[in-house]
Amino acid sequence: MRRIALAAAVPLGAFLLAPAAALAQDGPTLDDTVSSLNTVWVIVAAVLVMFMQAGFAFLEIGFSRAKNAGLGVVKILTNFSIAAIAYWAVGFALAFGGAGEIAGTNGFFLDVSSLPAEAASQFPLLDIAGISPAALLFFQFVFCAVSLAIVWGTTLERIKFSAYVIYAIVFSALIYPVISHWIFGGGWLQVNVGMQDFAGSTVVHLIGATGGLAALLLLGPRRGKYGPDGKPRAIPGHSMPLVGLGVLILWLGWFGFNPGSTLGALGNRFAEVALVTNLAAAAGVLAALGVMYMRTKTYDVGMAGNGAIAGLVAITAPSGYVEFWAAPIIGAVAGVIVVYGVILIEKVLDDPVGALSAHGLAGIWGTLSCGIFTAPRLAEFNGVGEGGLWYTGSFTQLADQALGVAVAFACVFAVSYAVFYAIRATIGLRVTPEEEEAGLDISETGMYGYPEQFIPPSELIGPGLPAGGRVAEPAPAGVTAAVTGEAPA
Amino acid sequence: MKMVVAYIRHEAFEPIRADLLEAGFPSLSITEVKGSGRQKAITEHYRGSDIAVHLRPKLKLECVVESKDVGLIKEVILRHARTGSVGDGKLFVLPVEEAVRIRTGEEGELVLQAHEGEEVSLDGHRA
Repeated sequence: MRRIALAAAVPLGAFLLAPAAALAQDGPTLDDTVSSLNTVWVIVAAVLVMFMQAGFAFLEIGFSRAKNAGLGVVKILTNFSIAAIAYWAVGFALAFGGAGEIAGTNGFFLDVSSLPAEAASQFPLLDIAGISPAALLFFQFVFCAVSLAIVWGTTLERIKFSAYVIYAIVFSALIYPVISHWIFGGGWLQVNVGMQDFAGSTVVHLIGATGGLAALLLLGPRRGKYGPDGKPRAIPGHSMPLVGLGVLILWLGWFGFNPGSTLGALGNRFAEVALVTNLAAAAGVLAALGVMYMRTKTYDVGMAGNGAIAGLVAITAPSGYVEFWAAPIIGAVAGVIVVYGVILIEKVLDDPVGALSAHGLAGIWGTLSCGIFTAPRLAEFNGVGEGGLWYTGSFTQLADQALGVAVAFACVFAVSYAVFYAIRATIGLRVTPEEEEAGLDISETGMYGYPEQFIPPSELIGPGLPAGGRVAEPAPAGVTAAVTGEAPA
Repeated sequence: MKMVVAYIRHEAFEPIRADLLEAGFPSLSITEVKGSGRQKAITEHYRGSDIAVHLRPKLKLECVVESKDVGLIKEVILRHARTGSVGDGKLFVLPVEEAVRIRTGEEGELVLQAHEGEEVSLDGHRA
């Protein structure tokens, strides 16, 4: 899918390397050097995407009440770690181990040949990208982990921890790999349909939000979310500064997410993708802020954050397919969608962080926007699909995009709903009302995220130490026996 | 002995404390409280939903003095706590039966406020 302009880059590389090559005949070949250069960029990008876990953690913790703050930390660590092992063992092989229409079959546990030619036949994407197989796995894994992190935004403050463990295994070993194979790994949606999704508006974000929707439908709202009149009530999160930190970390991570999906640095496409990404995010913030200001005459902190995320999610699919001018349009529309999405969804579904809107609706919009704004030259460059409605006047690509969205949503929703239904029917999906009231920190982790807020200082000091840490002086003269409780000597 | 209890705005406290200290009344306590009265609720707008906060934060000031000093305490509190707007708070005067200084066991009015004798530094050692 992402054909790097290797041909264009080779003369430059050859020019730079010619003297070195002449001096050391047995040194690295040009191919080796190009591969290493691309591998460095892919690993740097993957590390940026990994840091998005911190963004999700802070975003979700900030949108939670203080009694649920600590759980967000162990949740992120657990999910990320389960996905790391499951994706290495099974997921990567299903996603990229061969060009089958439904799933790959090669390279479980990254069992890959050391000969590049053989490795490329095991993992066809290596033939295009020419990077280290480990780099490709690591890069694709952090995407899987992002998608999994998105699932849990809708379930904050009431889901059982054990549900994370079970769904994380199914998601990272099966659900995400199969869908990503269809759209990223040479599967039927990419090859037969020509669906364009550069970095995963559908593959990563819509899938995550779809899993979240399935969980939410079976989980129900937090206690107190809807009043006796059925109207939604605000349950304010405990820290808007943490939300802001989370959003900015995610924004930073997206510069690995989209530009890294070039799978290489040669040709400098990644720099253009980075700029496209930033333009859409900025437009998303401004549009969301503006729409909210017109509604409430306030500058809504959470919605500004949701606007940034929506802009980033929307530009994820088209980031490698559109010209600069289209990016702010795509981002601004996403910013408007996310505000109305949050307000409308809130009437019936309790989604504390707005994941269904910011990742789901904006993901759908972003994927469809390829069908409108994809530049024919970039469709050709990437080798997937054709130009969008704006250029061609044809609805073909838009229809292909819509088909991809519908298929991905339907499949992920069906499987996820079944998994969560099974969890609910066996071990249960939701904590008890008492545990929810006490907070998941004390009921699930056994400790408070902010102990001093819940444990009085006197209890933290405990018995056995005299006041102020000093040894009490003997009672001065004049103190009555009634006060000391002892007879005077 | 009387206990003066006043529910006041946060910003009124510091000038009251300074004036009472000046007048020889250093001993007082405050508590962060939330309460309702004629002051309207605050509406918080949060991600498209609203929440009305009916309980407003106030400071509760407690100060035990000899009965003859109550008038002065009231005057200081009213002078600084009154803005003329709804939400200035209320002041109550309660009778007090006993007073004991815990450190020494002394009892009665002599333990209430500033008195002749030692000054004590921050860490509790006698200066």
